Amino acid sequence: MKKEFTCIECPNGCRLCVDVKDGKAVSVEGFKCPKGEKYALAEIENPTRILTSVVLAEGLSLKMVPVKTSQAIPKRLMMVAVDEIKKLKITQAVKVGDVIVKNFLDTDADLIATRDS
Amino acid sequence: MIKRDLIVVGGGPAGMAAALSAHEHGVKDILLLERDQFLGGILNQCIHPGFGLTYFKEILTGPEYADRFIKKITAVKDIEVSLKTFVTQLTGKKVLTSLSPGRMDEIKAKAIIMATGCRERTREMAHIAGTRPAGIFSAGLAQKLINIEGLLPGKEVVIVGSGDIGLIMARRMALEGAHVKAVIEIQKVSKGLVRNVVQCLNDFDIPLYLSHKIIKIHGKDRVEKVDVARVDENFCEIAGSQFEIACDTVLISAGLIPENELIEMAGVVMDKKTNTPVSDKVNQTSIDGLFVCGNAYQIYDLADSVTKDSILAGKMAAEYIRGKL
Ligand code: SF4
Repeated sequence: MKKEFTCIECPNGCRLCVDVKDGKAVSVEGFKCPKGEKYALAEIENPTRILTSVVLAEGLSLKMVPVKTSQAIPKRLMMVAVDEIKKLKITQAVKVGDVIVKNFLDTDADLIATRDS
Repeated sequence: MIKRDLIVVGGGPAGMAAALSAHEHGVKDILLLERDQFLGGILNQCIHPGFGLTYFKEILTGPEYADRFIKKITAVKDIEVSLKTFVTQLTGKKVLTSLSPGRMDEIKAKAIIMATGCRERTREMAHIAGTRPAGIFSAGLAQKLINIEGLLPGKEVVIVGSGDIGLIMARRMALEGAHVKAVIEIQKVSKGLVRNVVQCLNDFDIPLYLSHKIIKIHGKDRVEKVDVARVDENFCEIAGSQFEIACDTVLISAGLIPENELIEMAGVVMDKKTNTPVSDKVNQTSIDGLFVCGNAYQIYDLADSVTKDSILAGKMAAEYIRGKL
């Protein structure tokens, strides 16, 4: 079975075509760089995305501190992750890159601040 | 009157890159004016990733992209940053009037770089009929409410326009738990990047209605529903195609307009259609030594392009000050 995707790794948005057999990718076509091939394989086997959101701050100059996952996490965890983030509160000053939650939801990704608070 | 070599108006990606570039090209006396209490401009509310791929060769979020420049600027003592400073007047002789808490200054500069960015087109400009209830926001305002203020503007959302900001906001609202019922696009294709259609709409099963427009917004105190119809080649409603979508919020993402009222006030020759300066050379205006860069010069798709354009403006301003332009 052929599956079509648009690569989202960069603004080029290459059209990718993946040959899928029994839920496994056999071959990928249409990528202009290796990132595209990797993306297509992941889209079939375990689609992942970087999640960005904001965490409530208290007593800091920002009201909300923007955060991101240090690497892409499984797409199916998105809403769970957002709920977890809503429970957090940052009360001590953080800098860009500081880890807010280590090994976030056991994904190996850390939740990190993307702005000085 | 205060005298400075170079004034940069606007502390977003354009102004920061221009100031740094002018400094690298030898300008030693730079004043950077920013109306907000932080540097970074719109990048601060663009918390999603996708910035920096061309300029830094890595994927950054908006605040991270801004942070790189903020750290550089604060390390350069020749660049004086004045926050909470709003420019109210600019003359053709390169004198500007600025207001900041408790003071008003008149400053004359050898060269001025305007990096004032752009603003969003409004519902009125997009000609959407109907009532004027609460619940109608520009996409960028909704972004600010969620990402800076931590407030969710609504729960049942219809987005008008599928430019990148509209798409990004569709995902952002969905992630925050809102039900994004539709993105309505009058054109046959989305104006946004394909990757944004994929990762912002498809990922969240948000329907994109191409060749459709909002006919009317209904609601007394709060938005209650919108009428939507399919359009023909001339963007006219196709009879009988109308349907309604119940919602409490409408986000308008109808494009951006360069913000150039100050240079217009100074007497710069303007292109009325695009609201940008008429010039034979990139970033220049009809007034010598008055430059415009970033989204004020032209609307760019990527912050990286704004940076590139503004580096050039900084270099030109430095050459002008040295008498070499
Ligand atoms: S395949 Fe490579 S070039 Fe094409 S969109 Fe993906 S990352 Fe960009």
